[in-house]
Amino acid sequence: MTLQIPPLTRRQRRVPDRRPAWEEPPSPVGNATKAVVIAVIVAVMVLPFLVVLSTSLASREEITAAGGFVLFPTEPTLEAYRTILSGGLITRAVLVSAGITAVGTALSLLTTITLAYALSKPGVPGRKPVLLLVLFTLLFAPGMIPMYVVVKELGLLDSYWSLILPGLVNAFNLVVMRAFFMNIPEELYQAARIDGAGDFRILTRIVLPLSKGVVAVVGLFYAVTYWNAFFNAMLYLNDSGKWPIQLILRTYVVQNKQLTGDALGVTNMPPQQAISMAVVMIALLPILALYPFLQKYFTKGVLTGAIKG
Amino acid sequence: MLALMVPGLAFFLVFFYVPMLGNVIAFQDYQPFIGFQDSPFVGFANLQELFADPAFWEAVRNTLVFALLQLLLFFPAPLALALLVNSLISGRTRRFVQSIVYLPHFISWVLVVALFQQVLGGAGLLNNFLREHGMQPWDLMTNPDTFPLLITGQAIWKDVGWGMIIYLAALASVDQSLYESAAVDGAGRWRRMWHITLPAVRSVTILLLVLRLGDILSVGFEQFLLQRDAVGARAAEVLDTYVFYHGVVYGDWGIGAAAGLVKGVVGALMIWGANKVAHAFGEQGVYSK
Repeated sequence: MTLQIPPLTRRQRRVPDRRPAWEEPPSPVGNATKAVVIAVIVAVMVLPFLVVLSTSLASREEITAAGGFVLFPTEPTLEAYRTILSGGLITRAVLVSAGITAVGTALSLLTTITLAYALSKPGVPGRKPVLLLVLFTLLFAPGMIPMYVVVKELGLLDSYWSLILPGLVNAFNLVVMRAFFMNIPEELYQAARIDGAGDFRILTRIVLPLSKGVVAVVGLFYAVTYWNAFFNAMLYLNDSGKWPIQLILRTYVVQNKQLTGDALGVTNMPPQQAISMAVVMIALLPILALYPFLQKYFTKGVLTGAIKG
Repeated sequence: MLALMVPGLAFFLVFFYVPMLGNVIAFQDYQPFIGFQDSPFVGFANLQELFADPAFWEAVRNTLVFALLQLLLFFPAPLALALLVNSLISGRTRRFVQSIVYLPHFISWVLVVALFQQVLGGAGLLNNFLREHGMQPWDLMTNPDTFPLLITGQAIWKDVGWGMIIYLAALASVDQSLYESAAVDGAGRWRRMWHITLPAVRSVTILLLVLRLGDILSVGFEQFLLQRDAVGARAAEVLDTYVFYHGVVYGDWGIGAAAGLVKGVVGALMIWGANKVAHAFGEQGVYSK
């Protein structure tokens, strides 16, 4: 069985910024419609982020005066951020998420790289059946209940490992990485082998330095997945002291449970609305920080062009 | 080399193939404290009970309604957006629009729902505005009647840009001289689109449709789980949330596993069937033998 996605050009061809001579000029009405549609799409995409950012910076007086939301805070204050990051529930959740993301991404990359490498070389015993085992996982999902039972019987309930191990390797990432490794010229391997390098040495000294791009893409993908994960925490963690930020967000912002000064470890609370929005921003921030890289790597078709079993 | 294979292979065995075998729970009266090795087998009793449960059929019906809406509204949206963006002459505008619309793909569903609440919820921006101007508030986040549209709207908002990427790549690979010759031969804007642009994205569209059909029973689990409390189970219960609530929350392990298994098997059959159809149309589909 092979997976196939139609080959795409690696780099989108730059169409010059001029209308070709043969193309009829657009009607003014058509042009205006297009501009309006684009403007509306951009506004709809950006507005929610703006609302959240501005309200998180607004002061109590402004929020009360505006009845909840402030689009343009006149005296922006970081009070809400100071409050949630000064220790207590949310600080802890941010640290948990950051830890899970860091450790999880490292372990996922390690496991994915080693298996992808082993499966990329012809002549490795058991390569075909193992590859089939991996590809089959793309077609079928074992189901939530059996997963829960396995995690429970392994004694991982209420352990941070339950947020990492069940999703350690993504078969799709593995296939992408393997395809990339397969494109490395065979001569490089042979030369290294003649020089006496073993499999592991070849991996660290030759394959990985040549694969920085794909490792970055897959690493970013894992990091975003770990940071964004919420359901596995809800399923496997009963102890709310261990919750990651996404589950905090669900409980205190989506379900609107009251956050108290006690839980946050402060006596003087900024307005609830500003606190909620600051939590949203904190959960959003790492993604925004990574976004330039995400956009650069993902959209160049690195992921889409590479799949061929 | 074999040693390098061990961690990855161990992962797939422990967290895919063992749970896969664990699906025997669907045919057991599973008792958590004795484990699935010792729980008594009950044959097809769980399946019978499942199929007799009206709540299950409601979940099936909801799943199909949401899936259909997504096919009708969400599926064509990225293609439409790609055609629009592709028609922009200025490269700067194009890149600006792209970098805006890709962003929501990378944020979590929890954040998406939180953002939607802030804009459309009972205490959100829209309703603040309506109240201030003396109009009736209109809470979209807790209204079961408009919920299907809300769900589809959220899905489009989050992933329309992401879905567009693959179409843009397909459009960029069209030979520009085709358009020129067609224009010289007198084909107008719309005829060029019909005869050149759309055939160019046909393969990709069919591929994505096959993928979508194969995954049709997964309509967005987290999205529904997060909003089920707000609109009620009748409107928001889909197969995945049914499995979660009946299996994990209410402790009907066998029933939950049976529902999950039904979903998994139907899903695998859908992929297989959709591929057959794709092959019949002379397209490659997701896999070829």
